[in-house]
Amino acid sequence: MIKKKKKQDSIIDSSLKRKYKLQAKNVKVWYGDFLAIKGVSMDIKPNKITAFIGPSGCGKSTFLRLFNRMNDYVDSFRMEGEINIDGDNIYDKDINVELLRKQVGMVFQKPNPFPKSIYENVAYGLKIQGIKDKKFLQERVEESLKQVGLWNEVEDDLNKSALALSGGQQQRLCIARTLAVEPSIILMDEPTSALDPISTAKIEDLIYQLKEKYTIVIVTHNMQQASRISDSTAFFYMGDLIEYDKTNKLFTNPEKEQTENYITGRFG
Amino acid sequence: MRKLKELVIERALLISSLITIAVTIGIILVLSIEAINFFSEVSIIDFFTDTEWTPLFTDKHFGILALLSGTLLTSFIAIAFAVPVGLSISIYLSEYAPKSFRRTIKPLLELLAAVPTVVYGFFALMVVTPFLQSIFPEISSFNSLSAGIVMGIMIIPYISSLSEDALHAVPDSLREAAYGMGSTKLQNAFKVMVPAASSGIVVSIILAISRAIGETMIVAIAAGQQPRFTFDPTVPVETITAYIVQVSLGDVQHGSLEYKTIFAAGITLFIFTFLLNTLSYRIRKKFQEKYE
Amino acid sequence: MNNIRKNRIKDQAFKYWGIACTLLGLVLLAIFIGNILIDGIMRIDWDFIVNLPSRKAERSGIYTALMGSIWVLLLTTLIALPVGIAAAIYLEEYNKKNKLSTILEVNISNLAGVPSVIYGLLGLEVFVRIMEMGSSVLAGSFTLALLILPIVIVSTREALKAVPKSVRDASFAMGASKWQTVYHQLLPASFGGILTGVILALSRAVGETAPLIVIGALAYVPFAPSSAMDEFSVLPIQIFNWITRPQHGFVENAAAAIIILLLITFVMNGIAVYFRNKWQKKFK
Repeated sequence: MIKKKKKQDSIIDSSLKRKYKLQAKNVKVWYGDFLAIKGVSMDIKPNKITAFIGPSGCGKSTFLRLFNRMNDYVDSFRMEGEINIDGDNIYDKDINVELLRKQVGMVFQKPNPFPKSIYENVAYGLKIQGIKDKKFLQERVEESLKQVGLWNEVEDDLNKSALALSGGQQQRLCIARTLAVEPSIILMDEPTSALDPISTAKIEDLIYQLKEKYTIVIVTHNMQQASRISDSTAFFYMGDLIEYDKTNKLFTNPEKEQTENYITGRFG
Repeated sequence: MRKLKELVIERALLISSLITIAVTIGIILVLSIEAINFFSEVSIIDFFTDTEWTPLFTDKHFGILALLSGTLLTSFIAIAFAVPVGLSISIYLSEYAPKSFRRTIKPLLELLAAVPTVVYGFFALMVVTPFLQSIFPEISSFNSLSAGIVMGIMIIPYISSLSEDALHAVPDSLREAAYGMGSTKLQNAFKVMVPAASSGIVVSIILAISRAIGETMIVAIAAGQQPRFTFDPTVPVETITAYIVQVSLGDVQHGSLEYKTIFAAGITLFIFTFLLNTLSYRIRKKFQEKYE
Repeated sequence: MNNIRKNRIKDQAFKYWGIACTLLGLVLLAIFIGNILIDGIMRIDWDFIVNLPSRKAERSGIYTALMGSIWVLLLTTLIALPVGIAAAIYLEEYNKKNKLSTILEVNISNLAGVPSVIYGLLGLEVFVRIMEMGSSVLAGSFTLALLILPIVIVSTREALKAVPKSVRDASFAMGASKWQTVYHQLLPASFGGILTGVILALSRAVGETAPLIVIGALAYVPFAPSSAMDEFSVLPIQIFNWITRPQHGFVENAAAAIIILLLITFVMNGIAVYFRNKWQKKFK
């Protein structure tokens, strides 16, 4: 799907909603000489919410960013192993990174809307794919904003700067921007850590609804959040995947002592 | 298709940035080729030891020292004027002045560097020289003192702005530590801040010197066109830059010895400023590492 | 106690010395502008702007020089702007930290410090002679374009640097290519900053005299240029020429022309500062 040769089965075609499986095979990541991920393998289930937890610096964000190759922009980044999406290794030479990122959307820690209008923010992903049809763009923008529950709030201000929105609205806008290009997978890197509790609750509800259509992987430092919304949880510590299980199981009856220490708040 | 477009764009951007290297190579080639031609006709030893520069006369001498002394003299006067004033400004603005004052005064000071140099030349010739003559009547109408002082005014912002940036970059913790020890602003400024920001301040002074050495119109207008090996600030002199302008204003045949002299003079100037710029770049790089 | 008092007095003394120094330059500039205004303001009228140069001071005007300056300014912009911005984009967004980037960086910083008269020598040899442009508007514009290129590059890089990394992240994560990110996000977001730098660079170009004298721009041109290959003069050269004439009438002319030149320079600087302030607010 992501490979160039299959380019024609378009990115926009939502009828093609397959179940996307993510898979990491013995992945190691270095920043210069520093080994940041020490050989991690895991399978991530489609149409579920998978949470990555662990103390800061444990490699959970680095690991998340492997799935849309955002680490490529770090100068000293180097990796070994495979990341497969539906069977294709996304670090293969013939992978088109831009197409990959249309499939795998990302929401960042701090809301980062473009310094443009609300409309332009949501339409951006479609426009750079060369879509010019005004009516289609308009519809997608409306649809996406409705999906995140922002439509009623901004309906009349579509041409106003996105930077004028509140933090929580900005983050929902960023999610709408991601949804507009109809990805199958959404990566979220601590999406609520910069937000107040009310905005956080709204975003959590939204994430929960989105799981019907999307495979969601979320990094969070907030264990309550992980236990509230995720189906599976992976605990990372110092570049290793320590434990990965159903969320219920991991939080109530962890296998490993390190996991238990962490979730009971003894460190991190 | 898209990959190709990206590649073509990247190449075009790369070529644009390589143009800057072509410019440097161009400057070095042009100056050295004409200078080599020049030195095939004029002894390089005479060039550096003769104290007379008279290529436009029948009795030709090619002693660059006569032009160099003019350049160094005017630059020295400018620096002697601008460094104490510029440094005082930078210390005052970073350690004493209220923030709002600083914000309004800085762009105004930078205006001093924005005034075209031909305008400063007019100022030196029409205002400063007559003023100096009213105090010291023996000063001639063209002299290096007036040109040097006005050049000093022009480069004040080079020193004050860059030094102020350097002082500003010193971490606040250092400032607080000094005040915590009970020092006055003055003691803090000279005993803690200035030493901590010394490399930045040195860079600003070097850049100012380089600017003064390369300055053309002020000296061409106010310092005269009489090359002479002297350090007397009251008499007319000629700088390297002023000589290049003087020759360019005349009708000089391409390929003639006079034509080549401006390139020989030019390469001397270029080497001086190149060394100063490289030095300042080195210091600046080292300084950046220190705080990162 | 005594010692502490002495220190406080010294402290106060330096404060006033600092204020005096800060005001010194500005006071001198004010005196000077006042002087120029007294000398030249009476000389400025419509005729002064639209008259051709003449041997008689009172009939001379700045028309040809002013037109020359405008021609040179426009062509310089056309040449320096695309090259400078493209080079800056390459250095800031595409270039990995390697040997080439270090060389480019050192080189640009050095070019910024090369005296303007040296650019004149380069222009004289390369544009005027080897490329056979003669002492034309085009040769002058190329020369000044090279002169301001480092300024345009450095200020464009600063402007790009000021765009938060999160904008790049967001754009790449949406599947945008590098160029799409530059074109759709970074350039619009840094537009104000780039504009500021470019205007400042051009205000420098409009006041340059020496390099244009060296490439052979004339002090006396009977007509305003009508094409890029025509001979030309510019305002600063006209001023220089009038300053060096002994008759008193020309001093007035010089002062009057200086008023016009300063007006152009200060207005350009003012616009630049306005854009800078407006743009700086954007990311704060």
